[in-house]
Amino acid sequence: MAILKKEEAKAVLEKVLAWSKADECEITLRGEEGGNIRYARNAVSTAGDIDNITLSVTSTFGRKSGTATINELNDDAYKRVVQRAEELAKLAPENPEYMPLRGPETFKESKMYVPATAAMTPDSRAEAVAKSIGVAKEANLEAAGFIENSTDFIAIMNSKGLFAYETDTSVVFTITTRNSAGTGSGFAARGYNDVSKLDTLEATRIAAQKANSSASAKAIEPGKYTVILEPVAATYMLENMFRGLDARNADEGRSFMSKPGGGNRLGEQLMDEKVSIYSDPFHPDLPASTWNREGFPLEKTMWIDKGVVKNLAYSQYWAKKQGVNPMPMPSNIIMDGGTASLDELIKSTEKGILVSRLWYIRLVDAQTLLLTGLTRDGTFYIENGEIKHPIKNFRFNESPVIMLNNVEALGKVERSVSIESYRSYLIPPMKIKDFTFTSLSDAV
Amino acid sequence: MKRKDFIQLSAMGLGALVLPNLTAFGNPVDPSRFLNDGIDVKLKKQLADVALNAARAKGATYADVRIGRYLNQFVVTRETRVQNVANAESFGVGIRVIANGCWGFAATNNVTKEAIAKAAERAVAVAKANSRVVAAPVQLAPQEGYGQVSWKTPIQQNAFTIPVKDKVDLLLSVNDIALKGGANFVNSAILAINEQKYFASTDGSYIDQDIHRLFPTFTVTKTDRNTGKFETRKSLSSPVGMGYEYLTPTADNKVGGVVTRYKDRYDMLEDVKNATADVDQKLKAKSVEPGKYDLILDPSHLWLTIHESVAHPTELDRVLGYEANYAGTSFLTLDKWKSGNFHFGSKIVNVVADKLQPGSLGAVGYDDEGVKCGQWDLIKDGVLVNYQAIRDQAHIIGLNKSQGCCYAQSWADVQFQRMPNVSLQPGKDKLSVDDMIKNVEKGIYIIGDGSFSIDQQRYNFQFGGQTFYEIKNGQIVGMLKDVAYQANTQEFWNSCTAIADKSDYRLGGAFNDGKGQPGQSNAVSHGSSTTRFNGVNVINTARKI
Repeated sequence: MAILKKEEAKAVLEKVLAWSKADECEITLRGEEGGNIRYARNAVSTAGDIDNITLSVTSTFGRKSGTATINELNDDAYKRVVQRAEELAKLAPENPEYMPLRGPETFKESKMYVPATAAMTPDSRAEAVAKSIGVAKEANLEAAGFIENSTDFIAIMNSKGLFAYETDTSVVFTITTRNSAGTGSGFAARGYNDVSKLDTLEATRIAAQKANSSASAKAIEPGKYTVILEPVAATYMLENMFRGLDARNADEGRSFMSKPGGGNRLGEQLMDEKVSIYSDPFHPDLPASTWNREGFPLEKTMWIDKGVVKNLAYSQYWAKKQGVNPMPMPSNIIMDGGTASLDELIKSTEKGILVSRLWYIRLVDAQTLLLTGLTRDGTFYIENGEIKHPIKNFRFNESPVIMLNNVEALGKVERSVSIESYRSYLIPPMKIKDFTFTSLSDAV
Repeated sequence: MKRKDFIQLSAMGLGALVLPNLTAFGNPVDPSRFLNDGIDVKLKKQLADVALNAARAKGATYADVRIGRYLNQFVVTRETRVQNVANAESFGVGIRVIANGCWGFAATNNVTKEAIAKAAERAVAVAKANSRVVAAPVQLAPQEGYGQVSWKTPIQQNAFTIPVKDKVDLLLSVNDIALKGGANFVNSAILAINEQKYFASTDGSYIDQDIHRLFPTFTVTKTDRNTGKFETRKSLSSPVGMGYEYLTPTADNKVGGVVTRYKDRYDMLEDVKNATADVDQKLKAKSVEPGKYDLILDPSHLWLTIHESVAHPTELDRVLGYEANYAGTSFLTLDKWKSGNFHFGSKIVNVVADKLQPGSLGAVGYDDEGVKCGQWDLIKDGVLVNYQAIRDQAHIIGLNKSQGCCYAQSWADVQFQRMPNVSLQPGKDKLSVDDMIKNVEKGIYIIGDGSFSIDQQRYNFQFGGQTFYEIKNGQIVGMLKDVAYQANTQEFWNSCTAIADKSDYRLGGAFNDGKGQPGQSNAVSHGSSTTRFNGVNVINTARKI
């Protein structure tokens, strides 16, 4: 019930809009259906099932806006919600940054919806989990994991004639396996629009292999090392940088994209030439939204081109103020890679450290985007092109901007998941020199 | 849907005030609705009984139901304008059951008898589907039913009765003081929360609770265009389990010293003036020389170190491995607790878990599985003596009763073990902060919380702060910047050599303690007096890009 088809959603939005007496009115209708299972100690611990639908109306008189939301879909409720939004708008303070709504626009269809994922049930989730637990038990390990699927739709309509609709599905799976002595731990994360691509057995095998091979780690001295970051590690580090691709903070002088002396770093060679980062909602391996909530179409956009800052996001307001065109924030992020496999990156390394996963990354200094965090779930010492032995985890203090200036090689791009936001990205494994580890951790 | 919006919503950027991620399903509403009482308690009991009966009829051996109405109001400003006034209400029902020895949960925002009965049936179906991947049936600690009872945060003034205009006026006055003091940017906000929770279970409890929380906060920023440098200073307020009275300070609520700090009440206008002056000093401050220092940590800072390094590792679900895939496990394994002589900290370190402390974020009458709340020791004379447990864990540590640590962030989320308030007890002997500083040869005095990170077993941590003062030969000689300290939890707490007496005791806390998959936020306070730690490793965090 929570997922409406395009025509159903449009009919609801038209009925709501008919009640509007405001200068401008925008209505958003969204719904979500899905469920999850969490497991630990080789057994299910919690599980849930949720559906929710919300209709929200933003009415504007001049530069005063008000928003009201309901959960019910019926004629009475439509009238009430519009009236309430209009009452709130009249009481609201003026917003000097208010920008008029945008008119009709044609958007290309996104490829985010996959029927197989939408068809998942408590039983199919339980089956996926049972497979994963089976692998862990066979390997004599304890599994803790999480699977969650959701089906969403969003539709917007405004009084200027804009209408847009989109639906998507997603499934995310994360798995940690540990040995009973607590000396080895491994992890894998997967995220897809299409559940048929998800193999919980294969992912758990990788986690199990990491757990067994990471046991009995030796301590080596912290310091600067050449590291190979697996995609899940690199993704988490870089996600913190992607959030900062905003012109306003940069122009205001309080971002790593701010230029000493004023302005931002657009056009500047900020990273190594090997680094190109772009967004593309039509990429077949990472389909994403093709429009944003302000009614802008989203197209393929270069953000960093061969190390040069090509674009920063400009809100409508900031673009007008700076006399440039608006540039919406991206709906996905893709980083170009090379042709090498992870094994080939390891083989080409004389002395270095393989990092399977990073953990608890937090901003230390916004000016340089210095981040701190730790390695986790499989850290290995590489010598003469071979993994020699597991090593104890490190804390690092490093900036992704500095890191992307120290790129030695990039591997093949993979679909990877941020372990904090659960968003998917296309990111290569990467070999980075002079990565700064500042202390040892006893954690496994 | 939340995931899809991630990048777009984060456009507010890293330099801006970061607001905690709160209740998952908040719907914007008219603020006047906040003053309605919501549905009548008699009706809630009828609806709850529908859920309990439907679950039992489908074969549940235990069921509980939470009918929740969650009200949030955020008033957010920057510089001379209002950025956002968000009034959100979230109303719905979450039902948790045990069937075939396994937990199941389902939630719905459709608060009708029919929808509630269906959700209860769905919860039982989920439990049965999962029962084939259960190792051992759930074992619940016995719990008496309390009948029909209620509890309310003891507030003096409900923050929702204060007109939005008054909150806007206060925040714009705060911003005005910062801008007049030369700040380039200032963000400020008031967040008010009211959880109206009705809990019922097949044990025979019907518990109605009304919980209030408030958080006024700001960040002042100054930039130096020529160098491209900028510095910020956050407010020294803390989120509290109080009403609007938190913003009515008297002289008794002020703690003097290098900068005024606040106890039980908060003076936002005074603090922003001090913050603006602090940012000037920060821009000019000396960059720290890395090395070992004795640290003097103010309660406005130490709460976060307690949160990460004491409160998290004593969570029993982490110890047992239930959080292994996300937040992590704990170095405080059961064998260390059983030994009875694991020296977590020095002899003066006493840490108490508490769900009752007035004004704290964790204070409630009953937890989210109907257990009356209390307090207990976690660390006694430096030794690990206990954990934080809920009903299905109590038997593992030999308890025949839950410690009342169960919490869900909303009706739509399943309840699980969350930390209570966890606080360091003040020193038993009279000791002032001034006297503590007098004995320090080479040290740093840290005020306010900053950057934080800790490993998944809670051994290795790194913390920043808001302001750092260098201490040389018993004297504060000036401000430092680029400071962060790194330590091993056990070594750090064993290096604790002095704790100021109870006259200095204050609470800090957070609305957004995160744990679980799907992630949930918990609000929690941590109290302490100013405390000294000897010979801690300090690093310099300055870099060039």
